[in-house]
Amino acid sequence: MGYILNTKEVNEVFQNWKKDSVIYAPILMKNGGAFSDTDSVHYGKIQSIDEIVFDQKSDFSFKEILLPISETLFYFTEDSVKEPESPVKQAIVFLRSCDLHAVKRLDTMYLHNGAEDPYYKRLRERVKFVLMGCKDSFESCFCVDMGTNRSDDYHASMELWEDGVRIDNKNPEWDELFAASCTKQADVTPSYVTGTETQVNIPDSLSLDVMKSSMWKHYDSRCINCGRCNFVCPTCTCFTMQDIFYTDNGKVGERRRVWASCMTDGFTDVAGGGSYRQNNGQRMRFKVLHKVYDYKKRNGIHMCVGCGRCDDVCPEYISFSHCINQLEGAMKEVTGNES
Amino acid sequence: MNHKEYLPFRSEIKEVIRHTDIEYTFRMAYHGDVKPGQFFEVSIPKFGEAPISVSGTREDSVDLTIRRVGKVTGEIFERYQGDSLFLRGPYGNGFDIENFRGKELLVIAGGTGLSPVKGVVDYFSSHMEETKGMTLIAGFKTPKDILFLEDFGKWKQAMEVILTVDCADDDTACQIGLVTQYIPKLKLKNKEETTAIVVGPPAMMRFTTQGLLDIGLKEENIWISHERKMCCGIGKCGHCKIDDTYVCLDGPVFPFTKGRKLLD
Repeated sequence: MGYILNTKEVNEVFQNWKKDSVIYAPILMKNGGAFSDTDSVHYGKIQSIDEIVFDQKSDFSFKEILLPISETLFYFTEDSVKEPESPVKQAIVFLRSCDLHAVKRLDTMYLHNGAEDPYYKRLRERVKFVLMGCKDSFESCFCVDMGTNRSDDYHASMELWEDGVRIDNKNPEWDELFAASCTKQADVTPSYVTGTETQVNIPDSLSLDVMKSSMWKHYDSRCINCGRCNFVCPTCTCFTMQDIFYTDNGKVGERRRVWASCMTDGFTDVAGGGSYRQNNGQRMRFKVLHKVYDYKKRNGIHMCVGCGRCDDVCPEYISFSHCINQLEGAMKEVTGNES
Repeated sequence: MNHKEYLPFRSEIKEVIRHTDIEYTFRMAYHGDVKPGQFFEVSIPKFGEAPISVSGTREDSVDLTIRRVGKVTGEIFERYQGDSLFLRGPYGNGFDIENFRGKELLVIAGGTGLSPVKGVVDYFSSHMEETKGMTLIAGFKTPKDILFLEDFGKWKQAMEVILTVDCADDDTACQIGLVTQYIPKLKLKNKEETTAIVVGPPAMMRFTTQGLLDIGLKEENIWISHERKMCCGIGKCGHCKIDDTYVCLDGPVFPFTKGRKLLD
């Protein structure tokens, strides 16, 4: 059901939502950018629609709402372990189509790859999604080529237009709420982009043989293995276990899982000093193939959703999309049919 | 809500068997089905977790052979009989005895690589009638690095055993040389039918599997076990992924036809 509300009316809906939910959306972090006097767009809790940044891409994704950067799995004393309580409140998350597709990637990893992850599941069950339609694409986006430019599995969509906030609601529980605050009903279809300036081509011939290509050497020196690409990626899911103990009582502490990056040192270290993929080029290869090759082999869809945040954040200006576009040539190089 | 996937349980150390200065077997209280080659996440709260493969099973216990190489294992070595460790698992596929029953069997292990396959050797050493013959080649760096020395006596009575060390200073009861040099000399009844298990450091596995192919073993009759960093054990943390394979879920035991294609 479609509605058009003014911002005051939307905020009335928010007031209602806030009774049992926390609302998360991209917000402006003044002076929060990588360089001095630059801003950043992060996810945060919001009270009103005016706080939401609709006209920029968020630098970080919604991911930390479902996968906290550091998540306590349990508390321990010397001889007992105790799990933390579940969160009480629901969450409503504003996101774009690419990110909504990324949720499917997270679900695949945490609900279907091996045993169901109880910590993910209990957060996931509490989340509803509000789609922010894209009237235009942003710099470095390539969602159309990844097939993630359109979504229809949202609970509601919201977009700012001259005549108000256009809403398409698919959640029956919210219809009464929207209708009560509504100035007018209308048919609403969320905007989506049909073309992006950045385009990618993932060759059908792609195989693990591409690891032998010389294209990766370029990244050996250029990449500084900082791992920022992993942390802004809405589909990167890796973590490392970490025990901490309290300084006031060294016998009491907690086990956490914290985000991990396949680009950084130590990711593959095994007991006794063994490790795999020492150079940054091969780490880049491992990451790129996971995003556009082997994840699909296992799960049927590409992991990468084409948001382009890794391109935006890289301090060495390494372009992920450019890297994908080199794969075809690299395959020709390793299979020897250059002609 | 059930958090058993990450919540460890407390397990008593029933016995500590000292093999070398830095390698002990901890016999841990455990009731339940476990296969050789599976692994447990072993932890001491505040020091962390480490994946450790099962080196033996009994009705009420599992053996975990641990090398003192890091923070977690260093702390584990401070524990004695009667103390306890925290465990979760078992994880991974492990070796399925059914795949080896009725075959002429060759097991080649390097160093602590003997741990995951030891349960298979133990089983057949007391069920030799279920094989068409069995040979074990176990290699260690020096005589003082030899693991399970007391078991070798028992194994030698049941099967052909070659115990070898890379180098030794003095006269020693075992042979000297890399495991690979014994491969061409093996007196196998039927190389085309022989089933082999190879476990050890990556370079050792690479040269050993090549050696076996060279003497005529079939690729599909070789099994290997991979060691990777397995933080979660349940296909989530991503550290052990190789191509589209999660070593913790799909392995660590692989038929060589699959395992050889796993390039990090």
